[in-house]
Amino acid sequence: MIDKIVLSMADAMAGIEDGSTVLLAGFGSVGQPNALIDGLIEQGAKDLTVAANNAGSGHVGLARLMELGRVRKIVCSFPRSSDPVVFETLYKEGKIELEIVPQGTIAERIRAAGAGVPQFFTATGVGTKMAVGKEHREIDGRTYILESALHGDVGLVEAWEADRWGNLTFKLAGRNFNPIVAMASKLTIVQSQHIRALGDIDPDHVHTPGIFVNRVLHVPYGDPGSF
Amino acid sequence: MSDFTPFNRVQMAKNAAADIPEGWYVNLGIGIPTAVADHVPMEREVIFHSENGVLGMGPAPAKENIEPWLINAGKQYVTLRPGGSICHHADSFAMIRGGHLDLCVLGAFQVADNGDIANWATSDNDTAPAVGGAMDLAAGAKRLWVIMDHTTKSGEAKLVTKCSYPLTAMACVKRVYTNLATLDVTDRGFVVVAMAPGLTLENLQARTEAKLHLPA
Repeated sequence: MIDKIVLSMADAMAGIEDGSTVLLAGFGSVGQPNALIDGLIEQGAKDLTVAANNAGSGHVGLARLMELGRVRKIVCSFPRSSDPVVFETLYKEGKIELEIVPQGTIAERIRAAGAGVPQFFTATGVGTKMAVGKEHREIDGRTYILESALHGDVGLVEAWEADRWGNLTFKLAGRNFNPIVAMASKLTIVQSQHIRALGDIDPDHVHTPGIFVNRVLHVPYGDPGSF
Repeated sequence: MSDFTPFNRVQMAKNAAADIPEGWYVNLGIGIPTAVADHVPMEREVIFHSENGVLGMGPAPAKENIEPWLINAGKQYVTLRPGGSICHHADSFAMIRGGHLDLCVLGAFQVADNGDIANWATSDNDTAPAVGGAMDLAAGAKRLWVIMDHTTKSGEAKLVTKCSYPLTAMACVKRVYTNLATLDVTDRGFVVVAMAPGLTLENLQARTEAKLHLPA
């Protein structure tokens, strides 16, 4: 019997190695796997590369992971947030590497990784600092730059519903990066608000099929807070 | 000295809103562009998109009706109107990068008369610059309009011959709504299509680095 549901945070985090690339879903505090980030803090892996839309806020979650010196590099589109004090301090002190990526390019790099597309051309960033050092090609009269897939060793995802096969649904704007992070990661770990019996999620309503999911932890925390 | 009356922020948003026809799919940037939606009546069906996978946004919710799972790219609570939908981030940016949006409206630091836009960083050594979705929107939407003040607070021109700040995208701005004028970006450069009440072309040119043209 396939059962991807794990009963403890320790089981959810087991085996995450130092030096891993971690893809972190979420946008604002909506659909962000906060419990799993806390689990990763507890688990202890270090020298991490973290890809996320933002670079953390306040002194909790991703910001706390960075504050503890566990993140070597952050890949994101928008390192500013309502309270980016931890990231800005580390960045000014040269203690963290930053790769800034346009938001659509980061999303497509993650999607491409999940779909087996190693590289792709995009018009986004042509003529800007983002294009420096990248291969340019003119295709049908328009100039494009070459971007590479962004694979995760680990993907952290927040779902609304999950079953023991790892089929997932998401709630409203909580979907954001979650489905593509699940696709692009070798080890996809999900925290889910609800656990459903196998067959109880209508097949037409599954947003992420279980093939993209490795572990599911039940975390019924309720609604996202303010951000 | 007030020989003319600049458009205020509400009027700038209204000026842009008046030019959006029914049926367009539109992404509005943070700041004055967000306010454009307030001036498009619900019965003129314009479908507003947000980068985080929200399509078909309605008016802002009353405090007691906030849905905590529904925010826009500016992290504000929003609503969906009937017919609205949700998708994931890569599909949302496929709408942008695949040329499916009829219009994007952004703020900017500078716009050049060839349509170049600089709106994400004010210098080359900005600490931790944040680009978000601006480059995708500028390069990907079918047309890009900008809403911004005509000059900086200290009076420097923002409509220029060449952007001095780092570019967001090249040659893509089609129209600019400022507090002084509305201008099209054409093969000839900036063409003035409307001016604030009482303003003369000479007066406008004095506040603009790039050469201004009148409609042919």
